[in-house]
Amino acid sequence: MPLVYSGVCSHGPGITGRADRADPVVREAFYAAFRDMGAEIRALRPDALIVLAAEHFANFFMNNMPSFAIGMADSYDGPIEDEAFLKIPKRRWKGDAALSRRLIERTMETVDVAYAEEWQFDHGIAVPLHFLRPDESCALIPANINCQGPPLAPLHRAWAFGEALRRAADALPQRIALVATGGISHWPATPDSGKIAEAWDREFMRRWAANDRAALLSYSDAEIYRDAGQGGFEIRTFIAAAAAAKGARGHVAFMAPIPIFAVTCTVASMPLG
Amino acid sequence: MSLYGVQKLIWQLNRDPRQRARFGTERDAVLDEYELSVEERAALSKPDIGLLYVMGVNGQLLMHYAALHNIEWLDYLQRMRDGLTAHGPVRAGVYAATGYEGIAAHDARLAAERQGGGRAAGL
Repeated sequence: MPLVYSGVCSHGPGITGRADRADPVVREAFYAAFRDMGAEIRALRPDALIVLAAEHFANFFMNNMPSFAIGMADSYDGPIEDEAFLKIPKRRWKGDAALSRRLIERTMETVDVAYAEEWQFDHGIAVPLHFLRPDESCALIPANINCQGPPLAPLHRAWAFGEALRRAADALPQRIALVATGGISHWPATPDSGKIAEAWDREFMRRWAANDRAALLSYSDAEIYRDAGQGGFEIRTFIAAAAAAKGARGHVAFMAPIPIFAVTCTVASMPLG
Repeated sequence: MSLYGVQKLIWQLNRDPRQRARFGTERDAVLDEYELSVEERAALSKPDIGLLYVMGVNGQLLMHYAALHNIEWLDYLQRMRDGLTAHGPVRAGVYAATGYEGIAAHDARLAAERQGGGRAAGL
């Protein structure tokens, strides 16, 4: 049946790992928006939640780096990061290998994806799940776009991946939701961690909420790197979520810079009717 | 090889508890398994976070290598700045420094803007 949800959110490790150092007023407003997104998804009773992240070398390395990958296992462990670093305890998450396989087969009709029968969640998935708290009956399907190690798939291929996920989800009988996670502008894990191009972020999210394909795909990687940092490459996940929404317009529930979290913290969705 | 080998070793340490344990008890034997220059081997062994950063180690790998050595976040950021001072600009990769006012000054500016009513938390 048709995809039931398409949304986007931030995933920086500081969101949980350095929570005590953020302005509490802004932090709590952000957390509340994050939890509201979880409630909204749970109310839709999805059978599965695709979490489309920009993985950070938890599973893939430069010896064999897929542009696009989808998990295909009955369970997943995470986070891979130490609890002392991320402040999220390790646990096992429910997957559904058979459902993943059907989703992958349909996605492959238009986009080549790697599949992974092992997948350790890193902060890109574990931080959002910490707030979204899907029902235990809901299977997780991790997915990844390489945003770390250039060469990167062009933005229009990220869009095509989102479209392919939508077609695949629509063709299956299960109720499937999608949340894409990433940063907008940011310079994470550099001496400039905390730097945020707020105006750039607001313009990107304006384009995202308008689901303006041409405007979203008009950035070059050189421009992104110059204006939004290497972390800005992660807009690929947001672009895929917009494509999966199939023309729906977006609602930005929360958007504010929190430097110790290294990003403009964002929670947004595209109502699918 | 070299930078690739440095990053692969860090990646494997991040992922594999057994390799981490070996790195603690037989570090030289683990380092022997990778093609490393003298400079890279010394930087990994110390560890010299600033030099590893300048060499071009991807930040998503390096921040966990720092955490593995119990280097606190703000100390990690400072060590990278110290590396730039000691060794010059980043030599490879996409994690170069571009200039930033710093988190404390940034927070203060945002707080002042909020107090002045120029910004709401959220849209």
